[in-house]
Amino acid sequence: MSLGADTEVGTELFTQTRVLDRARLVRYAGASGDFNPIHWNERFATEVGLPGVIAHGMLTMGVAGAALTDWLGDPGRLVSYGCRFTRPVVVPDPGEVEVVVRAVVGSLDAEAGTARIDLTVSVDGSTVLGKAQAHVTVA
Amino acid sequence: MVDLSRVGAVFTGTAPYAVSRAKITEFADAVGARSPLHHSPEAAVEAGYSDVVAPPTFAVVIAQRAESEYIADPASGIDFSRVVHANEGFTHTRPLVAGDLVSTAVHVDGLTERAGITMVTTRTEITDDGGAHVATVVSTLAVRGESA
Repeated sequence: MSLGADTEVGTELFTQTRVLDRARLVRYAGASGDFNPIHWNERFATEVGLPGVIAHGMLTMGVAGAALTDWLGDPGRLVSYGCRFTRPVVVPDPGEVEVVVRAVVGSLDAEAGTARIDLTVSVDGSTVLGKAQAHVTVA
Repeated sequence: MVDLSRVGAVFTGTAPYAVSRAKITEFADAVGARSPLHHSPEAAVEAGYSDVVAPPTFAVVIAQRAESEYIADPASGIDFSRVVHANEGFTHTRPLVAGDLVSTAVHVDGLTERAGITMVTTRTEITDDGGAHVATVVSTLAVRGESA
């Protein structure tokens, strides 16, 4: 399976599972510079009313985007990428959480040479990102 | 209270950001981006880039650093303990690569209040040291009011 100008709308490109644990949240905090304690401090997270430590929305978005660009092979093919953060991803300790990323061709624009890829990103069967869409160039 | 009068304000006071190989690799490892183009300068050059290529959401590092000039300023009226990230979007003219030295301009595009929640939308324009557009990052924060 590859993505080209003749790929049909509705084609599933891939479904991948990526795993998040607390260590990954700390790693992302350092890499991104986002040190909000709701992403690493259980006491703080529960005090502000969360069910526990939650993943950065941008980490979940980044994981899904990386799954797509890894699949495409060239990250430079990504023209745009956006989403809403609709549901927090609680990351247990001990343990881990599985993030399932499914990518489907949403539309093709032959003139622009781009495809819209619709990403469904879910945890335990519930989507956690809303309207996650990327536009990528087609070979 | 979020100061709703600041729609249209532009912030350009953040120093230029130097994109490094080390930061790209660190960020790629954090989001699980495994393409050799993030990790190997040789692979990146072979693919036609000048150096390793940033993962798709890397620009958030640059944008959030620049947005703080507005958001972290008490004059904005944004209480960060009452903030939830509502949405994020990236549009790229080209990907960021190691060696880029980029400047930012943060535009306050929207401040709307409804049912005690203020939606704060910023647009960060990222340009290279030649003045050419690299990426636009649009971010919306939802700020809960005192009664919400």
